[in-house]
Amino acid sequence: MNSYMVLIQIADATVRVSVPLLLAALAGLYSERSGIFDIGLEGKMLAGAFAAGAAAYVSGSAWVGLGVAIIVSIAMSLVHGVASISYRGNQIVSGVAINFIASGSTVILGQAWFQQGGRTPSVSGAARFGDIALPGANAIRPIPIVGPIYSNVISGHSIIVYFAFLMVPFTWWVLFRTRFGLRLRAVGENPAAVDTAGISVAWLRYRAVICTGILTGVAGAYLSIAQQASFVKDMSAGRGFIALAALIFAKWKPVPVMLACLLFGFLDAISIRYQGIALPGIGKLPAQLMQALPYVLTCVLLAGFIGKAIPPRAGGVPYVKER
Amino acid sequence: MSTPYAKLPGWVDYGLIPLINVVVAFLVAGLVVLIVGENPFEAAVILVKGALGGGQNIAYTLYYATNFIFTGLAVAVAFHCGLFNIGGEGQAYVGGLGLSIVCLSLDTTFPWWINFPLAIVATALFGALWALIPAYLQARRGSHIVITTIMFNFIAASLMVYLLVGPLKAANTMAPQTRDFLPGGQLPKLNFIFDALGMTVRSAPFNVSFLLALAASVFVWALVWRTRFGYELRTMGFSPEAARYAGINESRIIIITMLISGALAGLMSINVVMGDQHHVALDFASGAGFVGIAVALMGRSHPFGIIPAAILFGMLYQGGADLSFEMPEISRDMIVIIQGLVILFAGALEHMFRPAIQTIFASLSPRSVGIAAKAEAR
Repeated sequence: MNSYMVLIQIADATVRVSVPLLLAALAGLYSERSGIFDIGLEGKMLAGAFAAGAAAYVSGSAWVGLGVAIIVSIAMSLVHGVASISYRGNQIVSGVAINFIASGSTVILGQAWFQQGGRTPSVSGAARFGDIALPGANAIRPIPIVGPIYSNVISGHSIIVYFAFLMVPFTWWVLFRTRFGLRLRAVGENPAAVDTAGISVAWLRYRAVICTGILTGVAGAYLSIAQQASFVKDMSAGRGFIALAALIFAKWKPVPVMLACLLFGFLDAISIRYQGIALPGIGKLPAQLMQALPYVLTCVLLAGFIGKAIPPRAGGVPYVKER
Repeated sequence: MSTPYAKLPGWVDYGLIPLINVVVAFLVAGLVVLIVGENPFEAAVILVKGALGGGQNIAYTLYYATNFIFTGLAVAVAFHCGLFNIGGEGQAYVGGLGLSIVCLSLDTTFPWWINFPLAIVATALFGALWALIPAYLQARRGSHIVITTIMFNFIAASLMVYLLVGPLKAANTMAPQTRDFLPGGQLPKLNFIFDALGMTVRSAPFNVSFLLALAASVFVWALVWRTRFGYELRTMGFSPEAARYAGINESRIIIITMLISGALAGLMSINVVMGDQHHVALDFASGAGFVGIAVALMGRSHPFGIIPAAILFGMLYQGGADLSFEMPEISRDMIVIIQGLVILFAGALEHMFRPAIQTIFASLSPRSVGIAAKAEAR
């Protein structure tokens, strides 16, 4: 039973660490399906995390924090949109610029406003998204096997966790069952055809990057006011890039994206748990090896041992109306 | 009429427009200074004084510029091939590993002028090796080089922490760094140049690596514009389809280009480690690999543009140190913002002011933008 509880704890940790990856990857899904590559997920998430931490501390409300995070993140998405849609700039270069601007300005503004070396002050109570116990979690807990799964893995997360997992079917529905989704996918494959049908390519792509901004904002808020209690310098720690890798690994489809993020989350949970613990038969692994593991596995998975990932055909190509 | 991007005179294309873009980037950076509650003009004065106000300051500026020439060239070579190498940071860091092997084993045996060429080979080799796997994955497995090089930056950081707290750590200290190199692992300074010019330099780490950086610039210029390989590389960058049609071996070009790019980034470690710190410490590259992206974009990926761009960022680094002393709110992270803004305006938004400038030129002299010429041709 003891090893079963270990499994439950790992599953619980997996859910927690997968959430920012999942939100960021779904964010990237909207943008990339519309033909706008977005390497700036990382920066938008970081800016969102800072905005959430700062606004939640100042206002004392987690919801205000979330709202400000979304606004800031959308604003940065629009910068990326202006550069890559209106001015037909290089989308990768624009995304990299967003990452640097976010990384630098969060620290500079954090230091200027709060004088804590670029951190935001810790928040608690209503300024943070607390864990929610689902109905009956305590009643079911004693039941073997099922009880711990329900009360530890499914129940007891913050509201953003449930939102993130509900976004998976919702995104699927939007992309594959609505007119907006059909057009969004079409504009990523063949913008000229969409244009011929009398639909604005630019406006569609702008709406897609706004969706990206909303979700990266939520992901950022999760980092600073749900998972942690304050913003810390560079706290996104490459998650935006891993989310991008998950997106490619999942071939730009919502449900596989969730599974890929859970896989990366699981690896992360394992590496956190087994840092510096001796494994039977292998001996003690260096902590740095475990820290590098998610990054190494990202490369291994991206190396395409799962079949070739074919990106949206018009991805990364600015649309020119007249030739 | 929306037919932008017509031909403009060369000096506008390669001089005026990049200049306007960089100026706008700095204006926006000034806004950030304003938000933080300081006077951007005062900040600029302190910065320029800190960067150029005396021999000591100029020597430091050129020392930082040396780093950025190497990393800027590394990014630029890859750009010409249509590749975006964000892994300069990791490649430079791992280059330091190669350097530590040379210096730790040979600094007692040979003088610096024998170890210097050995160090060039070792750092270039290790930097190139760190670029090899992303290059191979891009060329043969189609995984995106941007993501793999970013991942390799993280992996390099973990690897170096492991080595510097473990096998490479000096026995007699607590700090995670190698032992100090003896004179055989230390490069001579070039400060005497400033003394000769009548300026005083107390102790600046400006060293012979600067000459190596200039040599590397000439090498990159010759490689990209004066060799058959450079021609193939640029063809790949302009149009992979055309390159394929011309029978150019795509994966060979990608892999060799990335090896050269990684080697250039690796060389940067010589300047910091042998030229200044004399030991390999944690995170000695301290973001120089990323500055290279901004430098390459600002310098239009040409060595003659990269050198002034690198000096500008050297000024920001050296002047920024003085600035953070006078205005504590504006720390070194300000440079990261400027970096991002330069990448945004000189890179992603490079065509933003083009239509406006074109209109101005068209109204001044239609012939200069080729409109009249086109009409005659018809």
